[in-house]
Amino acid sequence: MTVGFIMLCHDALERAAQIARHWAERDCPMVIHVDSRVSAARFRKFRDAVKDLDNVAFSPRVKCEWGGWSLVSATLKASEIMLREFPQAHHIYLASGTCLPLRSVSELKTYLAERADTSFIESVTTADVPWTKGGLDSERFTLRFPFSWKKQRFLFDAYVQLQRRLKFKRRIPYGIRPHMGSQWWCLTRRSLKAILEDPRRREFERYFQRVWIPDESYFQTLVRLHPGRVESRSLTLSKFDFQGKPHIFYDDHLQLLRRSDCFVARKIWPQADRLYTHFLSGDDNSTNLAEPNPGKIDRIFAKAIERRTRGRAGLYMVSRFPRAEYDNGRTCARYSIFEGFGDLFHDFPNWLHRATGVRAHGHLFGPDRAEFADGQRVYSGALSDNPRLRDYNCNAFLTNLLWNTRGERQAFLFGPRDTQDIAGFFAFDPNAEIKVVTGAWAVPLFQSDAPFSEIRREAARLQKIESAHLNLLRGPHVKARVSIWSMADFVEAPLEPLQGLVEDTGTWNARKLTEAPRMKELTGFGQFLQNLKNEGMNPYMMGDFPSGDGPDVEKPDIRKPYIVR
Amino acid sequence: MSILRAYRRGARRRRLYLRAIRKRRDLTAVQNRTRQIRPNDILLICTLRNELKRLPFFLDYYRDLGIGHFLIVDNGSTDGSREYLAQQGDVSLWTTSESYAKSRFGVDWVNWLARRYGLGKWILCVDVDEFFIYPFCDTRPIRALTDWLDASEIRSFGTLMLDMYPKGAASDVSYTPGQDPVEICSWFDAGNYTISRNWEYASLWVQGGPRARKFFADKPYEAPALNKIPLVKWGRGNVFVSSTHTLLPRGLNLVFDDQGGEKACGCLLHVKFLDAFLNRSEDEMHRAEHYKAGREYRTYAEKLREDPELWCKWSEQYINWRQLEILGLMSKGNWA
Repeated sequence: MTVGFIMLCHDALERAAQIARHWAERDCPMVIHVDSRVSAARFRKFRDAVKDLDNVAFSPRVKCEWGGWSLVSATLKASEIMLREFPQAHHIYLASGTCLPLRSVSELKTYLAERADTSFIESVTTADVPWTKGGLDSERFTLRFPFSWKKQRFLFDAYVQLQRRLKFKRRIPYGIRPHMGSQWWCLTRRSLKAILEDPRRREFERYFQRVWIPDESYFQTLVRLHPGRVESRSLTLSKFDFQGKPHIFYDDHLQLLRRSDCFVARKIWPQADRLYTHFLSGDDNSTNLAEPNPGKIDRIFAKAIERRTRGRAGLYMVSRFPRAEYDNGRTCARYSIFEGFGDLFHDFPNWLHRATGVRAHGHLFGPDRAEFADGQRVYSGALSDNPRLRDYNCNAFLTNLLWNTRGERQAFLFGPRDTQDIAGFFAFDPNAEIKVVTGAWAVPLFQSDAPFSEIRREAARLQKIESAHLNLLRGPHVKARVSIWSMADFVEAPLEPLQGLVEDTGTWNARKLTEAPRMKELTGFGQFLQNLKNEGMNPYMMGDFPSGDGPDVEKPDIRKPYIVR
Repeated sequence: MSILRAYRRGARRRRLYLRAIRKRRDLTAVQNRTRQIRPNDILLICTLRNELKRLPFFLDYYRDLGIGHFLIVDNGSTDGSREYLAQQGDVSLWTTSESYAKSRFGVDWVNWLARRYGLGKWILCVDVDEFFIYPFCDTRPIRALTDWLDASEIRSFGTLMLDMYPKGAASDVSYTPGQDPVEICSWFDAGNYTISRNWEYASLWVQGGPRARKFFADKPYEAPALNKIPLVKWGRGNVFVSSTHTLLPRGLNLVFDDQGGEKACGCLLHVKFLDAFLNRSEDEMHRAEHYKAGREYRTYAEKLREDPELWCKWSEQYINWRQLEILGLMSKGNWA
């Protein structure tokens, strides 16, 4: 009792010959099909290479087209030869020329002998497969596909659309429930024979000739019609990428393949010499009875697909530059923006760092330079603090900073004196958390010694900028989390918002506010605002400050550091 | 309007194509071994001038990657580069004393050689100071990459040009021929690259790195482009437009995904800042044969004399391609 191999080859014939010899010499009969597109000379060379082996047969050559019936027809012809010529084959294994046996033939024989009546063929109903290409699953069986998907894609798609519109449907032969699965199977002699000798075979063939990719459904469907246990999995390790083409194995996959305990892997790069030498020179008498376990390989390839289709969020590079509407995250991590806090408190970034552990920068988009934390001139990833370089592409500056510092939460100050272009970026970024105290930009003006007329002009300018900025932040499509306080409200009771801020921003577990930031001296601020009003300007961003010394009454409490509870 | 633009692009492509054919007259064969080229060979095309010191390592590096044949244009070397190259068994060498600038910085010659010897083949077009890094380059030869690209029906492979620099002043270190220059210039900027789209050529325009940080901080728009597409499956009518930054037809420039995914891409380690560079940039500045009449070289020469240190505390030291992939400078895409 042994296992017979049917091998379909179209390329890398030297390797195919090597594999055929490996199996045939270990007493496994082989039937080989070579695509008729291979030149006669190459075919002859191949045949000569295995001439000395008497259990190798060649089946009539068919021109194989991807996704076409020809592949099934080639398989059927080879199967007939296999059943006729090699009665000792109890299981028949369909393999390709780029397959590589990972475990010894004796292990495979033992494994199959223990499961003498089981066919290993992935066979799943169309409703349950997630991997169909082009959105065609059940329609594979009900539409017609006269055009090549690879070469006549436009006609293919148009004809599918037309049939959908006309509600055209083919009749599925009575008694058939379409199943699909990997085209690489291992059937028992009994099952294969039953499929080949089915009285309705002509009818089924006629039907499947017009089905799309019948090599993934012909045997998979018909095996269900006949008695015999079906184990719905393939013994061949074969993974497909997002384009529907098989992943290729290279020398550096050696350890992975060894540990997978699969019997056969597809597809191997023909020049992967190390893989071929290693696996074809294995111990023939090993007795490893482990079940195939391709879990790790599955994960690696699943990751590759994820990387290709979704990529790393927040990364912009030469091969990933998502359009605004397609990105799955403009930035790679959450970050906080504090507007007005820097004007209202002494040394706010340092306090923030102490209270929450985040990396707190100054005005990253300040007019003179990017104020990185700790006064650094160059920051993570060799980002320069040069304002022109930064403003040349400020979105990239921010996304670079966040990408370079991933793993560490970033926060920075922002205000109407800074480069405003970036606001249009972070306002629509769900990762941004924006806290605004409106009107606080007036505090430095209030403290400055400049002539009042200049102060007035500057105040008007800043207020205009901030007003536009707030309009942006209050817009309907903003994705950032925005909290806005007017300065008057904030100064009235700063502790609650500060506590909330620490909780939202903090990366530490202990989020009790233990130290309040030191607020700047605001005595006379109300009067300052009144002076601005008297000059004909209307400072409304701060909220309602009484023109006297109103807010100062509560000051002593807030200004000195304190401990809560 | 888009039809008109497409027509103009087509006209530009045809013009460059014909120009390359015309410029073949610049080239005189010194050693033509192109008969050795086998159908599956990957060709390397390169233009150079006075690079004798760098050549031994350069050739060995690419031989190890599995380049089958080198097609090299020597633009009037005087240091023995030509004699050295003529002795190499896998090099076909042409020489010219024509103007580098008038051949559009060697691009016309490259286009001609690619058309003449590279049709239907993968060609890798790099300078002598550029070292091609791709995913798995430590375990898989370049042939594995091109086979995979063929299977995936991809015709071109993009890279980021990564400027490498030494720690300490560029003039402090000395380089011995045959040595791996990345041993000396082993530092790079990991995350200060800015990207914008070039819709005309459907390509990306990448700038940044140490040159932008140090030399172009006040005029970032002029900072050199760092996106390159050095590996192309050459089809009839393909042309490089400006260096290997852009190609026509422009479908070849689509080496990036704009729907969120990552395509496979690599890096070109650019070891321009070797010791020879300082003298070199003054030399090239006077020759004015380079892009924008050597203005770039002028800037380098001036700035390097003032403050030669490119290294900063946040510079990264090169380890291997996996490091570059983790840093987000290149990607395996769906090649696993």
